[in-house]
Amino acid sequence: MAKMSFENHIMKQFDEELEEIRTRLMEMGGKVEQQLQNAVTAVTDADSKLAEEVISGDQSIDNMEVDIDEACILIIARRQPAASDLRLVMMVTKAVNDLERIGDEAKKIANHAIILAEQSGSAEGYTEVRHMGASVTRMLANALDAFARFDVDAAMSTLEEDKQVDLEYKTALRELVTYMMEDPRSISRVINVLWVIRSLERIGDHAKNLCEQIVFVVKGKDIRHQK
Amino acid sequence: MSPADTAKPAKAASKPAAKPAVKAASKAKSKPKAKTAAIKTRKAVAPKIKAAQNLDIADHQETVGKSFSDNAKMTMRNINVYYGDKQAIYDVSIDIAKNEVMAMIGPSGCGKSTFLRTLNRMNDTVEGCRVEGDICMDGENLYAPKLDVVELRARVGMVFQKPNPFPKSIYENVAYGPKIHGLADSRVDLDEIVENSLRKASLWEEVKERLHQPGTGLSGGQQQRLCIARAIAVSPEVILMDEPCSALDPIATAKIEELIEELSENFTIAIVTHSMQQAARVSHRTAYFHLGKLIEVNPTEQVFTMPQHQLTEAYITGRFG
Repeated sequence: MAKMSFENHIMKQFDEELEEIRTRLMEMGGKVEQQLQNAVTAVTDADSKLAEEVISGDQSIDNMEVDIDEACILIIARRQPAASDLRLVMMVTKAVNDLERIGDEAKKIANHAIILAEQSGSAEGYTEVRHMGASVTRMLANALDAFARFDVDAAMSTLEEDKQVDLEYKTALRELVTYMMEDPRSISRVINVLWVIRSLERIGDHAKNLCEQIVFVVKGKDIRHQK
Repeated sequence: MSPADTAKPAKAASKPAAKPAVKAASKAKSKPKAKTAAIKTRKAVAPKIKAAQNLDIADHQETVGKSFSDNAKMTMRNINVYYGDKQAIYDVSIDIAKNEVMAMIGPSGCGKSTFLRTLNRMNDTVEGCRVEGDICMDGENLYAPKLDVVELRARVGMVFQKPNPFPKSIYENVAYGPKIHGLADSRVDLDEIVENSLRKASLWEEVKERLHQPGTGLSGGQQQRLCIARAIAVSPEVILMDEPCSALDPIATAKIEELIEELSENFTIAIVTHSMQQAARVSHRTAYFHLGKLIEVNPTEQVFTMPQHQLTEAYITGRFG
């Protein structure tokens, strides 16, 4: 029985403020999702121009983080939210942090995309990047969808996907290490691919955090750090 | 929330925006389709729920949460209170633990003050008021016919909404109770009780130079602390407070709240308050009343972060009241 509603306050202005931070979080989520997709594409298509766009686009995500945080602080100061309202505001401040970090990882991926595009060489590891990129992008999209609807079930199943991402990460790591041992000349290139994969794995963790926060908002249960 | 309810908004939410947001890339390269990802806009959708105002109180059967305590000072069981034909309290059972601060919150007319007043039989003075059920302090029935009500009110003190010092000196205000209850054998004893009580009420430093001036000459916050000093002068076991800060400014309120925290070391306190923040700040457990029923009792930190009952949630988040 999920009973999430951020309306019907006696103070209508309060409804609007809560709606506002939710909407802005969704906007930020959309932007971060786009950055992530573009960064992965920039790597796999060796598209430096796209990578540059991702790098310059990170600034707007940082700005969004600051703005949304400010709005949250204002709500706390002005409204002293309680119960589900309080959980929502706390969740939003944490979620913008995770989204901003995802944005940073996307920027790192874009940086590596530029380096990789400049180096010629085999496309070793790109399959893994594409594969993990797709998994992580899907995970983030599902997490954001779950947040838009406060859907705990969707959040829980998305949360589970992180295990798959971690597994993919380990497999890719092992493969690329083997490859480097076979062909030491490829090491500097493959290390860049490794960084990309590492970033994707981190993004999976941040998406997982988002899911945990959704559960916290709806159920009031903190499910972090549980085995 | 059933999956069917969410299926539709899910689809609507995940529909990608039609055109790519980043135009530059597709312009620069003559590729058939843009490979840059579009910004996906999701609309925050809250599942429709029954508005809290329409929740039917009649559906409510029993109190949720932790109403009872192993270390109870006062135990109330199946309390019903009537004013004439009108029932004000419906079947309320709750314990107040020793040295606990219990806050009672709820919308106006929910019965929290009525309930508080049953605890030292203040309702006896109200015409047509009838109290049913068991109210015990340390196992002793407070409504036993042979119980001395005057003595009871010394053991269960009360502080009211508006400071109401006697039109006497500060000293006399505090000394009055101990005198009529014969708690002091000598003038020295009495002086000591007055000083201690004023100290406990954090008022001593402010009034020690003018103990024999009228209590009504103090500021509102000081008067209220004087009333608290008066209540504790007779060494009560329980102190009832009925919105003790509603007539005070924020600084005076903060002082009273600070005091409540200190007093809970020696006394058991039940406080009715309209300020939810106050309940959150000072109390250990919070009881939520609604239309004469006790809806929820839980540790305060839980009530204000994740209340168990939807009515509690609606009230403390400011959706009705």
